[in-house]
Amino acid sequence: MLEQIDLSQLNWARGQFALTAMYHWIFVPLTLGLSILLAFFETIYYKTGNEKWKVVTKFWMKLFGINFAIGVATGIIMEFEFGTNWSNYSWMVGDIFGAPLAAEGIFAFFLETTFFAVMFFGWNRVSKKFHLVSTWLVAIGSNLSALWILVANGWMQHPVGMAFNPDNARFEMNNFWDILFSPVAISHFVHTTSSSFLVGCLFIVSICSWYLLQGRHVDMAKKSIAVAATFGVIAGAFVGFTGDESAYTAAQVQPMKLAAMEGLWDGEVNADLVALGIVNPGKKPGDDSEAFQFDIKLPYLLSLLANRELDSFVPGVNDLVYGNAEHGVVGAGEKITIGREAIHQLALYKEARENGDEIAAEVALAGFNQNQKYLGYGYLEKPEDIAPNVPLVFYSFHIMVALGTFFPLLFAAILFFLYKDNLVQQKWFLRLGVFGLFMGWVASEAGWVVAELGRQPWAIQGLLPVSIAKTNLTTTTVQMTFFMFLIVFTTLLIAEVRIMLKQIQNGPEGN
Amino acid sequence: MSIISFYVDGFRSMRLGRTLWQIIAIKLLVFLVLLNIFFPDYLKNNFATDQQRADHVLHNLTVLPAEK
Repeated sequence: MLEQIDLSQLNWARGQFALTAMYHWIFVPLTLGLSILLAFFETIYYKTGNEKWKVVTKFWMKLFGINFAIGVATGIIMEFEFGTNWSNYSWMVGDIFGAPLAAEGIFAFFLETTFFAVMFFGWNRVSKKFHLVSTWLVAIGSNLSALWILVANGWMQHPVGMAFNPDNARFEMNNFWDILFSPVAISHFVHTTSSSFLVGCLFIVSICSWYLLQGRHVDMAKKSIAVAATFGVIAGAFVGFTGDESAYTAAQVQPMKLAAMEGLWDGEVNADLVALGIVNPGKKPGDDSEAFQFDIKLPYLLSLLANRELDSFVPGVNDLVYGNAEHGVVGAGEKITIGREAIHQLALYKEARENGDEIAAEVALAGFNQNQKYLGYGYLEKPEDIAPNVPLVFYSFHIMVALGTFFPLLFAAILFFLYKDNLVQQKWFLRLGVFGLFMGWVASEAGWVVAELGRQPWAIQGLLPVSIAKTNLTTTTVQMTFFMFLIVFTTLLIAEVRIMLKQIQNGPEGN
Repeated sequence: MSIISFYVDGFRSMRLGRTLWQIIAIKLLVFLVLLNIFFPDYLKNNFATDQQRADHVLHNLTVLPAEK
């Protein structure tokens, strides 16, 4: 199996970006989710005046601070990686990414230097009301900060509101609102933030379950877990709704991603949804082998999910690779031909411009504009290159969905046992609860894999494959920095876990 | 209470926060050193003007797979 892994410079660069993004993504959902829960805890304290809720708030705020401190700045690395490993891409998207990333920076800077400080330093120094408002502003601001990152990411998945300028080789923004309100950006934002709320809830469930198992800090744990489970049930339902919207959006603008998520090789009318399955790992586009070694399907549901119609056609991997005239699906082969024509015209335009031949440049530009819709396909060697790693995307998607379905049940059971006043007696259940956070992280990272690996080979959907987005560096250079960051990240993660565990061990009364 | 004293007193009263700030400082230092040494901006370092950078990227965009 190892000999099948492509260890080219491109894949080392992709691996390095994945390592950085997935490491960064350990901390981000916890920050987003916990910040909202802190606001809930403090609101209850403000409303009731009960000092026990202040203890609850300050305890979770401390753990929030640790997570924030270890996670802060890990995202900066990705911006440097753009310039080093992905220079063509970085140059081409500079105009698009400038506005959202600047907005994110401004949001983060002002929130973190003002209201964040009030949250931690302001107890008994500012009014209760101002402190509460600050906590809410940190929560709202942190989540809005995520919006701008997801707007940038959404544009890569569904490039809108721009035009390619062949004079400076850049995608230039021509409609900010189209980019901001792109259906992919919005659906990713609401799904990402709501699933992050779940991770925050699971963090609290894990620690409270551990306290309850040990019979320590029982009152604080019960109070905390009640709020987390209540919010978790609501957030869980919302995650289901936003996940459905994300899948629908993928079906409309990234049908290959949806086909990979579902392991759908040949398109179907009345397509079934695979609830559970073991994919055939050796299956390739165009072969006749079975798609699954084992599967359980739910009839018609994939058509409903993809198009909101039970009897609609959902294209499979083979339809998208080879085309399906009956259902109006243009194959990648045809798109490659058009894309190559766009590249050819772009080359003619460049040559004419260098020679100062304005008429030839104008003709070439018209030819380019006519074919540029499939520009990215022109860089692919063969139609099969548009298919991502189906087993990896399929399993990631199904793990995410299975866990996302399990979490609301977990939260509902917690509320049931709290209502019956026998949660502390449910030892087996509390042991399961301790693992809640790890399951939350797995689901969250799996979601990232679906979103990012499901859209391969594209850096920018349909316009720029990763093979052209990269910089021509040596493999050794990228390998060296990959392992360097692996060591640094592992060290930092160990530091966080140790500090976090020590504070959890100390409990709310500890320093 | 002045804003400055709010921050000064806040930082002075930190206990766990001091450890976290030390970690942040070390992390930022390590990141900045590593990033500046090992992550140069390819286009910025290898080309003098934006036009040269644009031409380089455009050259990469006009090479068909068979020509590589």
